[in-house]
Amino acid sequence: MSDEAIGCTGVWRRYGELVANRDVSLSVRRGSAHALVGENGAGKSTLMKILYGLERADAGSIRIDGVEVARPSVETAIARGVGMVHQHFMLVPTLTVAENVILGRELRRGPLVDLVRAERELEALAAQHRLTIDPRRLVGELSVGEAQRVEILKVLYRGARTLILDEPTAMLTPPEVEQLIAMLRGLVAGGATVLIVTHKLGEVLALAEEVTILRRGEVVSRRATAGLSAEALGEALVGRALAPLPARTRAGAIDAAGPPRLQLAGVSVVGEGGRCALDGISIELRAGEILGVAGVEGNGQRELAAVAAGLLLPGLGHVEGQVRIDGADVTSLGVAGRHACGLAFVPEDRHEEGLLLDFSLWENFYLGREDAYGPASRIPEARVVADTRQAMTRFDVRPADPAAVARGLSGGNQQKLLLLRELARAPRVLVCAQPTRGVDIGAIVEIHARLLELADEGAAILLISAELDEIFALADRAIVLYRGRVVAEHALGGVAEHAPGEVSPEAARRALRQRIGTAMLGLPSEPRS
Amino acid sequence: MNERARRWLVVGIALLAAMLVTSALIRVAGRAPAQIFRLLLVGTWGNPYGIGQVLFKATPLLFTGLSVALAQRAGLFNVGAEGQITVGAFCAAMCGAALPTGTPALLAVPMCLVAAACGGALIGVVPGWLKARRGAHEVISTIMINFMVRAAMVGLGTLVFERETVHTRAVIPAALLARLSRYFPALHGSAANLAFPLALLLVVAVVWLVSRTRLGFHLRAVGAQPRVASAVGLDVGRTTIVAFALAGAIAGLGGANFVLGYKGYYEDGFSGGVGFVGIAVAVLGGLRPLPLTLAALLFGTLAQGALAVNAICPKEIIDVLQAVLIIAAASASAVLARGPVGSRPLGTRPIGSAAGQP
Repeated sequence: MSDEAIGCTGVWRRYGELVANRDVSLSVRRGSAHALVGENGAGKSTLMKILYGLERADAGSIRIDGVEVARPSVETAIARGVGMVHQHFMLVPTLTVAENVILGRELRRGPLVDLVRAERELEALAAQHRLTIDPRRLVGELSVGEAQRVEILKVLYRGARTLILDEPTAMLTPPEVEQLIAMLRGLVAGGATVLIVTHKLGEVLALAEEVTILRRGEVVSRRATAGLSAEALGEALVGRALAPLPARTRAGAIDAAGPPRLQLAGVSVVGEGGRCALDGISIELRAGEILGVAGVEGNGQRELAAVAAGLLLPGLGHVEGQVRIDGADVTSLGVAGRHACGLAFVPEDRHEEGLLLDFSLWENFYLGREDAYGPASRIPEARVVADTRQAMTRFDVRPADPAAVARGLSGGNQQKLLLLRELARAPRVLVCAQPTRGVDIGAIVEIHARLLELADEGAAILLISAELDEIFALADRAIVLYRGRVVAEHALGGVAEHAPGEVSPEAARRALRQRIGTAMLGLPSEPRS
Repeated sequence: MNERARRWLVVGIALLAAMLVTSALIRVAGRAPAQIFRLLLVGTWGNPYGIGQVLFKATPLLFTGLSVALAQRAGLFNVGAEGQITVGAFCAAMCGAALPTGTPALLAVPMCLVAAACGGALIGVVPGWLKARRGAHEVISTIMINFMVRAAMVGLGTLVFERETVHTRAVIPAALLARLSRYFPALHGSAANLAFPLALLLVVAVVWLVSRTRLGFHLRAVGAQPRVASAVGLDVGRTTIVAFALAGAIAGLGGANFVLGYKGYYEDGFSGGVGFVGIAVAVLGGLRPLPLTLAALLFGTLAQGALAVNAICPKEIIDVLQAVLIIAAASASAVLARGPVGSRPLGTRPIGSAAGQP
């Protein structure tokens, strides 16, 4: 038997003009963990889909266990022991764990499904891989981390020895990420092969022995991770030295006097099924301040953003509380009214809430800002196009063609376009949710720089992010949301400078991260003094 | 393949499929398909009178098709054009009959047109309001309202119809739209009237409104992604209501063709399902001036052609042709929208999958 679990040679894949994979060759050693990294749009997902048989390559060959696959298909891949864990879970929330796992290959006893035996087998399998999960629970009740375990179990249950994971940590909390990595290491130690797609460099170094770097559809580097630093990896990834973040000079720039820029007082939201999505939240943001909101997704972040932005209005249905901008009560104003008060809003999902994907870039830039161009009912197309072009060249959106369609942009460029539109309002308050989700490293650096610049100019930014790194990089202060309540609040600005006692700044930072991480899970940290 | 070529291909495939199926049926009926199709063409585009009749039949379809296509741009499925054109026609007739006989045409015609548009808008705004404020699905509510309009017209008819008839009192002569034969004498005898050029103008105006104005932009934004629209501060509910009012007004204006251009009065059952055929016109044509007009002419041709072939074979055969045409167009466009096999993953690719989108 060959030494290789899965691999490919000379794979090409074109989508019209775009070459997603250009002569890509990859080889994953059996019993190893291999990471595939690259910026957004580098062709990682395409390659994964080709390996798994979801998509056909235009040219090139695929090997499983060293044997070339004549007609690649998902069925062949599964039959040969390859399984894929998708970034977005493919689970039925109303079925139990066991039912989800056996769906499509049910054990039968006569005409009936032998669920009891399936549950027993599943428990054994879970125990073997130390994946704690109750097979009888409903998937809809599971946390994201648990749901992912079910996805992995599903793949293992089908006899996979080679696991392909597409961005498995995108939705996980730091402790869950650690658990996942430990579990994957266990699998590898047990002889399985793991091929992981990610753009989080820390994970690559923690898990993989080898890494293949894709850039613009081509393999630019393949190396062992031993002795590799995150910085070197990051530069190999984007193909240039990364500009360091601008120094945080704003510590003193926060304006403590005067009314808060944004104030939420006693905000409660009753969500579906009478559950409290937000429970008596009160926050204040000063001019120049960035407040980070950390937390596992689904703990009230969506509602917090919606209330702050004016999508959820108090007084209507199940919303209570008050919202003020610069001291003025805007509680009853909707999004448009709050725009007029200086608020801008970057929603968390650029595809569903942020951009009109099938509209041109200039139309997206114009959307919701019509009044900036006067009261005429005709669209001043030429002016908007010119403004869009100017704004895009300043922020390096590619392609810089205002007539291009938003759907055709990479995630990073879409996010930049969205941010451009909101910044064009010259906001004094920015509500900004997941500003860099699924965005490549180059764009993250630019977006972060832009947000810091905005705060320097005196705006207040409510930064809701699932990425602790992001909050640490930008925020002056962080709160942690858990089940709709603020369970922790920490100042971040000064951490690096004054460490208590002999503890190094690095250690203090790590300890704080740890504390925020535990708070995100709703666990008590050390007793408050 | 670009969008335009794709549309033409869809129509071509659909026409071919419809003719094949109809041919088979004609054979079963013991006739020669070629003969029937020739008759259909000769009876419509073969002589000036036929052409005029095609234009007359196409006119209400252009109004209702435009109405459906506009609503569709706002993400709404207007199944209610049938009811809207009925109310529009009724209002035009009542207005035209109520005017004093001395009213000049320059005043009478616009007044009747405004009445038609208002009637259509009034009935059109109801499903819009129900959807925006109460969450009722517009397909259900427009279908229901169609039935309610039917019933209401029967009831109203007992009050306003002329004795022993099912039509209203005639409008004053000044409110009538001139026949096209006045300008093109060859069309003599056909019922084609000024409502046809009015429809063409309206198509151009609506396309301009949708593509070039703020209101149109908002309609399109709400139609494409309502959540995006509300996140940037657009009033999705109000836009929905406005879209439905506009769609209703357009369909209502279509009532002028029959009332002001042909009979001079409202007659029970005049519409003959033009509101529903309008859906097919919108599906084939979309909100594009030339394709929409051609689609209306195509269905107008079939409607007139059915009468021409009726002499030698049941005219229902043309209904079959229409039906197959619609089904084939709908399925062909669905197939073509998916693109060549293998160009997209077979597995689901959820919107928002962050990594590595091509």
